[in-house]
Order: sequence, then C-alpha cells, then structure tokens
Amino acid sequence: MTLAQLTLAQLTVAQSLTFLRRHPRIAFGGFLLVVLVLLSLLAPWISPYDPIALSLGQRMRPPSAAHWFGTDAYGRDVLTRTLWGGRISIAIAVAVALLSTVVGTLIGLLAGYFRIMDMLAMRVMDGLMAIPGILLAVAMLSLSKASVQTVIIAITIPEIPRVVRMVRAVVLSIREQTFVQGAIASGTRLPRILLRHILPNATTPIIVQATYIAASAVLIEAYLGFLGVGTPPEVPSWGNMIAEGRNYIMLAIWSVLFPGVFLGIMVLSINVLGDGVRDLMDPRIARRL
Amino acid sequence: MLAFIVRRVLATIPVMLVVAVVVFLLLHLSPGDPAAIIAGDSATDADIERVRATLGLDRPLIVQFGLWLGGLLRGDLGVSVFSKLPVLSLITQRLEPTGMLAIATMSFAILVALPLGIIAAWKAGTWIDHLVMGVAVFAFSAPVFLIGYALVYQFARQWRILPVQGYTPIGENFTSFWQHLVLPALSLGLIFAALLARMTRSTMLDVLNEDYIRTARAKGLAPRTVLIRHALKNAAVPIVTTIGLGIALLIGGVVVAESVFAIPGIGRLTIEAVTQRDYPVIQGVILMASFVYVLINLAIDVAYAFLDPRIRY
Amino acid sequence: MKITNWLAGVGALALTLGATLPAPPARAEKVLKAVVHADLKILDPSWTTTYITNRYAYVVYDTLFALNSKFEPKPQMVDTWSVSDDKLTWTFTLRPGLKFHDGQPVTATDCVVSLKRWMVRDVMGQQLADKVSSLDPVDTGTFKMMLKEPYALVLETLGKPSTSAYMMPERIARTPASEQITASIGSGPFIMQRDQWKPGDKVVFVKNNAYVPRNEPPDYMSGGKIPKLDRLEWLYIPDANTTLSALMTGEIDYFEAPPLDFIAMLEDNPDITVMQIDNLGVQGLIRPNSKNPPFDNYKARQALLYMVNQEDYMQAAVGNPKLYMKYCGAYFLCNSDAETDAGAIKKPDIAKAKALLAEAGYKGEKIVVLQPTDRAQYNALTTVMIAELRAAGVNVDVQAADWSTISIRRAKKDPIDKGGWNLFITTQAGPDVTTPITDVWFNSSCETANVGWACDETLQKLVTQWTREPERAKRHAMLADIQRRAYESVPFVPIGQFFQPIAFRKNVTGVVPAGMPVYWNIDKK
Repeated sequence: MTLAQLTLAQLTVAQSLTFLRRHPRIAFGGFLLVVLVLLSLLAPWISPYDPIALSLGQRMRPPSAAHWFGTDAYGRDVLTRTLWGGRISIAIAVAVALLSTVVGTLIGLLAGYFRIMDMLAMRVMDGLMAIPGILLAVAMLSLSKASVQTVIIAITIPEIPRVVRMVRAVVLSIREQTFVQGAIASGTRLPRILLRHILPNATTPIIVQATYIAASAVLIEAYLGFLGVGTPPEVPSWGNMIAEGRNYIMLAIWSVLFPGVFLGIMVLSINVLGDGVRDLMDPRIARRL
Repeated sequence: MLAFIVRRVLATIPVMLVVAVVVFLLLHLSPGDPAAIIAGDSATDADIERVRATLGLDRPLIVQFGLWLGGLLRGDLGVSVFSKLPVLSLITQRLEPTGMLAIATMSFAILVALPLGIIAAWKAGTWIDHLVMGVAVFAFSAPVFLIGYALVYQFARQWRILPVQGYTPIGENFTSFWQHLVLPALSLGLIFAALLARMTRSTMLDVLNEDYIRTARAKGLAPRTVLIRHALKNAAVPIVTTIGLGIALLIGGVVVAESVFAIPGIGRLTIEAVTQRDYPVIQGVILMASFVYVLINLAIDVAYAFLDPRIRY
Repeated sequence: MKITNWLAGVGALALTLGATLPAPPARAEKVLKAVVHADLKILDPSWTTTYITNRYAYVVYDTLFALNSKFEPKPQMVDTWSVSDDKLTWTFTLRPGLKFHDGQPVTATDCVVSLKRWMVRDVMGQQLADKVSSLDPVDTGTFKMMLKEPYALVLETLGKPSTSAYMMPERIARTPASEQITASIGSGPFIMQRDQWKPGDKVVFVKNNAYVPRNEPPDYMSGGKIPKLDRLEWLYIPDANTTLSALMTGEIDYFEAPPLDFIAMLEDNPDITVMQIDNLGVQGLIRPNSKNPPFDNYKARQALLYMVNQEDYMQAAVGNPKLYMKYCGAYFLCNSDAETDAGAIKKPDIAKAKALLAEAGYKGEKIVVLQPTDRAQYNALTTVMIAELRAAGVNVDVQAADWSTISIRRAKKDPIDKGGWNLFITTQAGPDVTTPITDVWFNSSCETANVGWACDETLQKLVTQWTREPERAKRHAMLADIQRRAYESVPFVPIGQFFQPIAFRKNVTGVVPAGMPVYWNIDKK
C-alpha cells in the first residue's frame, strides 16, 4: 500500500479502526498530533484569558488554580499563550517540512540521476549551504516585514540543500543497482524509474529527515526570535515564548518549560508518525519489528 | 580520482564568487546599517549621516562591491567598521575555540550515536531499541540552550566540578581546556547524536534486510562480523552523509552554545556582526565558512567513492 | 574499529569527567574579572555616544574636571585655575607629574589640542566652542581660554561625565574629528593591553604605576582615582543567565548590569553584594515623531502624557519596586538638582487622552510603532505602550525588527505611507539628562533636533536664556519655566525613572558610587 492509495475519505469508519489497530505508531503519533492541533484551534474556547493583553500586577506567578501554567514576565497566562502558540508553531513545522522535502527531493532525484544537472545543482546547493542558515534567514527576514510567511520561507531555504544531498547520495548508490539498470534496459520511462524504482528506496531517509526538519524548524524559529527577527513578538509561538522566557529562566522556569514540553510532544508525535508511515510503506521492515 | 579532486577544487571558485555576491547584496539591500549603532543611542541623525559618509556607505553599491572585491584579490579582507581591526585577525582569533568545540562535539556524537544506532538496529523491536530511540527523540526536541542551562546548573553550580563559561586555549592549559569544553560539547552533541543514531538505525535496518546479510547470518558468521564487515560497510554512505550534514547543522547550534557558554568563537562573531551590520566581518566570515563547507563536501564525495566502489566519477 | 573500543572510549570520557576542578593557581596578582554591559568595539570616545566607550575612556583617560556628588565640577587633572573679573579669561594649570601611558609628560599643548578635537563633536563642547575666541598654551603646564561673552557653564562643560573631554597626547589628538582614533594612550589609572584585546570577548587593562592620583578621597567622579588592581579584565558575556551563574560560582568578580528582575535573588545570596552606584538612574521615554500626523500637533503629543501610567512601564521593564520610582514628573530626572514637578501631569486620564487625540484631528489612522525585539528592556516598554495606545482607541501598527533596522528606520523623515514612523521608545541615563542642553531628546530645534525632530521655538529661547544665566540658583528657578513649557510642547513623554545596581563578590571592596561603574579604588581580597 502506498500513501497515494491511502485516501482516508475512501475508508469507512470500521476500516479506519482496523487500519489504526494494525499500525499503532500511526495511531499514537497521529492521535497526539490531532490533540495538539485541536487544542490550539480551540484555544479561544478552552482558556478564559487573552493571549496578548498585559496584566502587569500578575508577573511571573507560579502555576496555580487560576493559571495552570503560571504567568510570564508580562503577567500573561502561559497556558493560553502555549495553546495559541501551537497554531503558529505547528503551521511553521508542517509548512517547512513539506516545502523543503518536496523541493529538495525533486532536485535531489534529478541531480542524482543526471550528471549534467548534478554539477550545476550541487554547486548551487554548495553555495546555499555555504551560507550559514541562520545568517541567511536573518538577512532574508530583515529584507521584508516580519511575518509568519517570511519566517517559513527563511527557514525552508537553508534546509533544502540538506535534503538534496541526502536524496542524491541515495540515488547515486541505487542508480547502479541491477533492478534499476534492468528497468532502464527494458525501456521504462524516466518518471516511472524515478518514482517507482528510485524514490521508494529513498523514502526512509527522507521521512526521517522530514521529521527532523519539522522539529528543527520550530527550534530555528525560537532562535530567530531570540535574535530579534523571528515571528513578531505580539504573535505568540512556542519559539518566541521560549526565546522570551529564556531571560527569566532562573525566576520563572514555567514560562519556558511548558512551551518547551509542548514543543517536545509535537516533535515526538511527528517522529512516531513518521516511523509508522515508514513501516506502512516498507512492509519488509515492518514485518521484522 | 586526482583529476576529479582538481576539477572540484576549481569548481569552488565560481561557487564562492556567487556566495560573495549574494551575501553582499543581501546585506546591503536589507534595511539597517552600522552607522546608527556606531553613533550610539543618543546620536542625532546628523551624527549618523557623518559616520555613514566616513564609512563610504553612501557610495553606490557597485563601487562598494568593487572596492571590497579589489581588496579581496590582494588578500585584504578589510577592517571591522567598529574596532578598525583587520577582519582576518578577528577571524583567526576565533578559529581555535570553534574548531575545538566542533571536534569535541562530533567525536562525542559519533562515539555515542554509532554504537547505539547499530545496537538499536540489531535489537530492533526490543526494549533496547525503544529506549535508545525514545531517548534520541527527546534529545533532539530539546533546545540547545535549555540543555546547556540544565548542565550548567547541575555540573557547575551544584557540583562545582566544571566551569560555567569561558574558553582556555589548548596551548595554555590542557586541563582547563578540556574542562571548559565538556559541557558545551555535551549540550551541542546530544542533538546531533540523536539525529545520527536514528539515521544509523534506519539505514542499518534497511541493510540488515538485504539478502546478502541473511545469507551471511545463515552461514553462521558471528554477529559482530556480520554487523561490521557486511552491514556497516554498506550502510556507510548515508551515515557519512549525515555526519557531513551534521557539520552544517553544527554551525547553527555552535552559535547558541557559544552564547550560553561564553565561548569566543566564530558563531558569536558572525551573529554579532550580522545584528550590528559589520559588513566586512560578515563577508569575511561567510567567505571562510563557504570555503570550509566546500572542502567538507569534497571530502564526503571522496569518501563515497572509497566506501562504495559502484559510485563512479 | 570495534564496538568494544568505542565503549572503552566512552568509559574513559566518563571517568575523566569525574575529575574535579583544580584550585586556580595562587597568584600574587590582583585580578578583577568584570562582566560589562556591552562589547567594547570603538576606542574613540568622540566617535560614539555609547556608554561602554565612555566607561572605557574613564579607565584609560583622565579629565580636567570631574563632578562631585553634588554635581559640582571639581578639578581633576587641573591643579589651580582662575577667571578674570570680566569672566572672559580662564587660566588653567595642570597638576605636576602627570604622564601618558607612553611615558611622556602631559603638557598644556596636549590638553589644548584634545579640547579642540572634542569640541567639534560634543553637544556641550560645541556650545562652549561658540563662545571661545582663543584657546592656547601659555607654558608647558598652563593654558588659557578666552571667551567672546561670559558663559556660565565653562567648568560644567570641562567636567561633564559622559562623552567627556578626555586628554590625549597631542599627536593622537591631532587626528581630524572625522577620523576614528584607534590608539589607546591616555593618562588615566589603567593601561589597555592592545595585544590582548579580543572584540566580542575581552579587554585587558593593567595598573598604571605612574599614575599620580589626587589626595582627596574619591567623591562621585572627582577626587583621588587610585588604581589598586594589578589587572582588570573586562569580559563580554551576552547571556545574562550564564553571567549570573559565573558570578555565583566565583568565576567572575563583578557584574556591571545584572538584569533587574534578578536583583532580589542576588541580594539574598550571602556571597554577593548588590550596590546602587547611581541615584539618578535611567529615564524611559516615548519619542513622538513631530513630522507626521497626528503627533505633528502638540495636542496629540499631550494626549500621550495623559495615556501614560508610569508604574505599568516600570513593572514590565524593572519589576522590583525598590528599583524604580512610582512616579517621576521631572523632565530632568528626580533626585537631580534640576528636579521640579512644574507642569507635570500626575494621573493618567484615558478620556482626556481620547479627547485630545480627537481635537488633534485623529480619526483612527494607522499609528506606526517601532518595536526593537532584540533589546529586552525596550521590547518590554514598547509592549506596554502598545497596550496603552490600544486602550486609548489608537489603531496601532506594530513594526517589529532588530535594533539596527530600527535605528535606521527612525532616522527617516518620510510620511507613514513611505516608510515613516510615529512612535518609539528609548532610555537615557546619567547627569546628561539633568540639563536642557545636554539632553539630546529635549533639544527642540526642529530639523537639527534628534530623530523625531521636536520643534518648539519658545522652548529653545527659554533654554538659550538659561545658558546665559551665571547664577546657579537663578538657573534652577528658570528650569521650572522650561519644564512647564515642555509639558505643553512635549518633545518626549517621560515614562518613568529606574535604577541599575551593580553586583559583585563579597571579596571586592572600595567600589565608588560614581553614577556609573568606575574601576579606580576597587580592591580585591
């Protein structure tokens, strides 16, 4: 079974349940992710507080019945901001992972397969990689107004070359294997060779890489916030919450801990989900586990 | 092979030229320049304008680029617009701390991650596997600075067995040197070790399923021989790639570790130069960084050829 | 390599980790490791108004006069001075025995050339330069200044404590004011070790054994500046958490700018002394752009006065109530000799603010606020201002960026739709804020005023009259009128006054409350 065939809309409820039972990793990772997404979408109804309005009399209060996660340096409720922050952070993680793997895989496949493309594409990638990602992101962000979209693009571009090199390396070693040579000899058309023969062999590292990128995107966003060029400070995201709370870590660890824990849970769920999808797509390994 | 290396080295020249142009344009087109920072918070706009004129920042871009490139060809990277010290000496001052931190981090990560990844793959599905992978997931979901603060709190403030911050050159006092490196290398290496362990495990899993491994096992070869001689050798390409990519990854983390542990390295130099728009320093650092990257990539490609003779050049 | 070898390696690493730190080698040398608030990058004190360069200059240079704790100028390098009866001829004689770090004696020529270079740049120096008809050496130890008209602030100018008139050797002071000085040769209590300077990391100074201090005890910036440390190391550690940890473990001795939220925690620490060295402190201010509507109208600027609740700002940026004033209505700082509450608006009144905005013709247009995200204190203050603006019904457009982008952006005189701006927040500190001519944000000279271009002819006239008044007491009375006018024209809105204490280990003694961190007289046990 491949992802393409796996359109959930076609499955009945009963079929889905069976599917989830057979693939506990997908069930577990997916469940966590859905919960996080729901929590952040429902933030306005779950929490009675305003994520932005200040209440300076309530600065850095430890967790209590009124503020389960305590309050931050401006007296804002950390729980509320953590829930709201999920919206931005999840969006950034997913968008960056998707964008960079799709673009990176495409370039990597072509570069690995065609020698002419290889030279050109890899030199461009070398150039891109040669510029430290953070610097590239800072420069790009200061070129335009700080916004979530710019943050996504600025994090994606430095990630692409890594995917490209990874995919290309796999393609280089697979290209010469007999089954690929056989397919070429038997006149299989190029897109089919790339997609049916080479890509499936590259999916494992790509998925692992994608989960890593999703996680690192949120961390990079945090770091950009720390440098003063990330998501605008008014918009709560886990990244800028951690970046802001970092100054008060000895006094109000909760203002860093809770967004950090949510960030960790999200990374965990993406990883488990990634493992599950890999098992699904590569039954040889799944059988062994 | 030699011809290949020569070709690759020659190919770096246009790459670095492109990097230089891109960075120059990015910097100079972005709003904000060093004049306002030099003049200070209470400076008037006339002060700022005066500083800008003396720095030549009011000249056309093409002239500024030409001047910089001209200096570069003579081997002159220029001077910092703030301290007026030569960029080259600012960079060389900071090469050792960053280099040592990178080496310590990589060694730690490889020493820990490779064996763990291999064991996890060998024992796939057992509790060992789950434990290793579980720890790995948590390790790379934690921000470097949080790990850093936690380590400082425990080792430096509670137990007082390692210093909080700083760096001692290796030539000055070796004991002090490695003591200052332990905590930064640990906090930086954890994330990288986690990534490497995952990558090692999944690549090894793929390889372990290949027919020749099953044959080798069926032949009754010792597990160690199967793992090292057959499996690891064939899994080496993706693993080496990951290690290579790790160096790129390291740069982002190095900046954080250098800030948390107050290590005077390249990462901090770069970030401070960027936030203060010290153009000559940024350009110098990037050129050097791009050179290092190109060398590393070259080394990786050469390594492919050694590890997997099927790859032709 | 075998797995067992790797494991052995890991084991060895773990073992070495267990080794404890050896005690630092006993040294007869007294070394103070001080973490300063910013990285020293520029060595020319005329080139920048940054505080770090000014503090550096007080380590390596000396000044002719210096303020005492009553803010009166007292002689420092000068031994005796006299002024003619017509108040036009001033004669200064240097103390004998003063030497530069290169061993050369300090001469009257050095001082004259240094003064002339300094007067090109400094605001107060420029004012003096306008009055000076000649400034020349008389002999090696004496120089003479002739004025065109009597000027009340001659000694105050020579002894001003920030961007001060530092004395350099003639050959260095001959550098045109448009060129940056990179040498570091002064006659002050410490000598900078240029070869050990690593920008972004550390600056090393050693004791100037040839320094001849005055006999009086240190008093604010005046009096005897005795170097007692053999070696002074300035470290720059950008991470406050790291610096605090290092201070607690004793890796560093002295922290110039501990974050204000941590002061209470440091006070509880038995190893650490927290000391307030400055009772003037820091003033926060909102700067409206007088070029763009609605704040081109004085009524809109007054609306800001009614909008501001100083305590909100101070809670957000300072936190600890012991470190800020609940309210300070003095433009020229509370606790200063210029303190007055003339014209002050003590209570916020949102309804009045709204009414004034409406009178100024404000109809809900976008108001552009510049928010620097990489400066925690400014960021916090701006966050409060945004909340208050919204409460007053203002349509706020927050433009967040890093500091260097903001500092360029705010110099733009363009209208809003072409990248201009309406409001930003900054702070200023020290004795400079206590006079209307040294406070750059108070200057209301329109086009030549600081960014924001405050513009008020009446206020400028009042200030000029003030500089002509020779009597201190009368000058003080005139400040009340000046402030009353300022509360009408509103060059900026004061949002509170707070204090930045320093923290150091208990074995550090002799710290002088000089208004800013100074390193003479400090000793270490």
